[in-house]
Amino acid sequence: MSLLQIAEPGQSAAPHKHRLAIGIDLGTTNSLVATVRNGIAVCLTDEQGRALMPSVVHYRDGGGIELGFDAMNARVSDPRNTIVSVKRFMGRGLADVTHIEAMPYVFEGIPGMLRLRTVQGSKSPVEISAELLRALRERAEASLGGELTGAVVTVPAYFDDAQRQATRDAARLAGLHVLRLLNEPTAAAVAYGLDNASEGVYAVFDLGGGTFDLSILKLTRGVFEVLSTNGDTSLGGDDFDHRLYCWVLDNARIAPPSAEDARRLQMAARAVKELLTVSEETPFRLRLDSGEEVDLTVTRAAFFEMTRPLVQKTLTPVKRALRDARLSPRDIKGVVMVGGATRMPHIQRAVAEYFGQEPLTNLDPDKVVALGAAMQANALVGNRRENDHWLLLDVIPLSLGLETMGGLSEKIIPRNATLPVARAQEFTTFKDGQTAMSFHVVQGERELVADCRSLARFELRGIPPMAAGVARIRVIFQVDADGLLSVSARETSTGVEASIHVKPSYGLTDDEIAGMLRSSLEHAGDDLTARALREQQVEAERLLEACTQALAADGELLDEAERAAIDALIARLRQLAPGNDATALSDGIAALSRATESFATRRMNRALSTALTGHNIDEL
Amino acid sequence: MSVDLSLDYFSLFGLPCRFRLDETALDRAWHALQTETHPDCHAHLPENAQRAAMQEALRINEAYITLKKSVTRARYLLELAGMSPDAINENVVAPEYLFEQLEWREAVQEAREANDVDTLEQLALRLQIQMAGVVTQLAGQLDEQRDLEAAADTVRRLMFLDKLRLGIDNALAALDD
Repeated sequence: MSLLQIAEPGQSAAPHKHRLAIGIDLGTTNSLVATVRNGIAVCLTDEQGRALMPSVVHYRDGGGIELGFDAMNARVSDPRNTIVSVKRFMGRGLADVTHIEAMPYVFEGIPGMLRLRTVQGSKSPVEISAELLRALRERAEASLGGELTGAVVTVPAYFDDAQRQATRDAARLAGLHVLRLLNEPTAAAVAYGLDNASEGVYAVFDLGGGTFDLSILKLTRGVFEVLSTNGDTSLGGDDFDHRLYCWVLDNARIAPPSAEDARRLQMAARAVKELLTVSEETPFRLRLDSGEEVDLTVTRAAFFEMTRPLVQKTLTPVKRALRDARLSPRDIKGVVMVGGATRMPHIQRAVAEYFGQEPLTNLDPDKVVALGAAMQANALVGNRRENDHWLLLDVIPLSLGLETMGGLSEKIIPRNATLPVARAQEFTTFKDGQTAMSFHVVQGERELVADCRSLARFELRGIPPMAAGVARIRVIFQVDADGLLSVSARETSTGVEASIHVKPSYGLTDDEIAGMLRSSLEHAGDDLTARALREQQVEAERLLEACTQALAADGELLDEAERAAIDALIARLRQLAPGNDATALSDGIAALSRATESFATRRMNRALSTALTGHNIDEL
Repeated sequence: MSVDLSLDYFSLFGLPCRFRLDETALDRAWHALQTETHPDCHAHLPENAQRAAMQEALRINEAYITLKKSVTRARYLLELAGMSPDAINENVVAPEYLFEQLEWREAVQEAREANDVDTLEQLALRLQIQMAGVVTQLAGQLDEQRDLEAAADTVRRLMFLDKLRLGIDNALAALDD
C-alpha cells in the first residue's frame, strides 16, 4: 500500500514551492490583475506599464478582436461591435438592463441571459467577459513566467446567483482555475485592513462603473467578518455619465443622435464628469457626424444637482446594511472608499455627512479590489507565511427561497447568513398517490415570487405513491464559499431515495461551456493544455478501472436505472479518454465520480455489515 | 483539525450548556473553529479533504447561528431537554398576550401606512426594551427554575416579538428610498 502525502492545513505539501496565483478585478469600466510578489501585492501592467485595462471588446469585421486600450477608438467608429460595460449584462435578461434605449447594440431577446448580435455572430456576455479575462490571464502568465495555479475573481457583493454563475463561467471559459469568487468590498477590506492592521467595525462604500455595494465588516485579530451587505447592481459611475448625457440632449437642441454620435456624446460626458472632480466648470463642446455642434458649459453645481437623486440612491443600501447589522452610523470606525466613482466630491461629501466622519481615501480606489483579491489568491494556494493568518467570513447578499402556494416565496436561507451555509426544509405531497413534485428556486427579499429572481425550476420524480401528506420531501439548500447555490431534494420517509441535484440554470449549462471551451481551445493548443490533458487521461483510466471492479463485485446494489446511468457515463468517459479535450474529459470524470458517490456509500455499508454478520457484540 | 460533529452546539464551542451566553467567548470560539474548517483554509488540498472540511464548516456555522440568537438558543435548549419542536411551536397563546399582539400589529400597520419613519423607529426601540425583559425572564426559567413548560411559553412570546421586529424592519426598509 502506498503512503499518502499528507499536508498540514494552511501549508502546501512542498513548502518551498511558490505557486503562482492571481487576483482579478473584472470591472464594469476597467479590469485589473494583481499578484503577491515577495509578500507584497502588486498590480501587473501591460508593456506600456499600464495597470488598468479598459473593459472594452471590439469584434472586428472580417475576424479577430481588439481589447482594452486597443479597442478604445472603435467605440465611436464601430459602436455596434464594440462592447463596453458588459458586466451590466452578466446573468441578466433584456428586461433587467437599464438605459437600454441609449445603447448601440443589437440585442437578441431570448429567454434567460441576453445576447448581443455582432459582426462575428451572436455573443453572450459570458463570452465577451471571457475575452477580457483571457487577456488578463495572458498578461499574468507573461509577467510571472509560469503556469498559474489559480485565480480569485471578484464580483460585486450584491451580485445574485445568476450573475455569480455567469462570472464563474466566463473565467472557466478563459481557461482560469477559479479558486474563489470574492466579493469586491471584502477584497478591498482585506487590502485596507492588512495594510493598516485595523480592528473594529468598518463600512466599505464601493461605487464602481456599473454597480454599488455597501458592506459592513468587523475586523478582529485577523478575521474579516462581514456583518451585512447591501447594494444595487445597476447603479454606478455609468449612470452619472448617462444623466449628463441626457442633460446635454435636453439642452443642446440636436436631433436624436446616431449610434456613433451617441457613443461620442457618452464618452464626452464621462470626460466632463471626471474634469468636474477637479474644476468648477467645464465646457462641453463636440462636433457631431450629423454636422450639428454641441457647445455648452457644465458647472459643478449643475452636475451635482442633476445627479443628486443618484447620490441619494446610494444611501438606501447604506441604511439597510446598517439596520441588518443592528448598528448606527456612529458605530462605524471608518468608511473605506472603493471604485473610481467615489472620487466625485459630492459622493464623498454625502458619505462624510451620513457617517459623521471623513471617508478613508488613502488607497487607490481603482486598484484596491484587485490587490485584495491577489492576497486572497495567494493564501488559497497555500503560499501564506507562518505568521500571516487571516480569514474571511463572508455572507450571502440576498435571501434564497422556494415558491409556495399562492406565488409566495418561502425563505430557506436568509440574507447575510455566513458562508458556507446549508438549510433543509421539509415538504409533503398534497394529493394521494402523488409521485412527483416541482420546485421553483428564487432569490430576493420580496414576498411575491414574481418580484424575486427566478434561479431554477426542477422536478423530483419517483416519489413512492402514498396518501397525501405522508411523504417527507427534504429539500436542502447549500451555498458554498463562492456564494453559489446548489439544491438537492429527496424523499425520506420510506428510505426510497429519489434524489436530485440542481445548479441554478440561469447561466450556461456545463455542456454549453464545454462546447465553448472546445472552440476556444482550437486556437490555443499549447503545452499547458497537453499536460493537463495527460493528467486527466491518467485520472480517467484510474476511475474507469475502479468502477469496473466495483460493478463486478457489487453491481447488484444498483437498480436498473442507476446501473444504466452509470454505464452510460462510463461509456462516455471511455469515448472521451483518448480524445484531446481536457475540459470535456474533466467534466466526464466529475460526472462519473458524482454518479457513483451513493454506490460507494452503499458498498461501504455492505462491507461493514458483512464484517459484523455472524459476530456478537462481545466478539467485536 | 477535525471537529467532532457528534457534539452538541455548546460543547462544540466549549461553552457551558445554558441560556446565558458569553457572546465574546462564542465569537472567539467560532472564529477559532472557522480558522480550521473554512473552505478557504482547504482550497489547496485534494477535493475529498475539501468536502469533509465543508461539512464541518456548515455544521459550525449552523451551530453559531443557533446559539447567537436568543430565540433559537432557547429553542435548542428545550430540544436538548427532550421537548419536540412541535410541542414548542404549539400555539396556545395566553389571552393577555393575544391582546398585546393585536395592539402591536395595529401600531406597526398604522405607522407603515402613514409612512411614519419616526413612529416605526420608536416602536422598534420599545420592542427592543420589551424583548430584553422577555430574554431576562427566559434566562431565569431556563437556567435557574428549570421550568421547561413556562420557558416554552416565553419562547413562543419571544418568537412573536422577533417576527414583529422583522415586520418593523421590513416596513422601515420599504421607506428607505
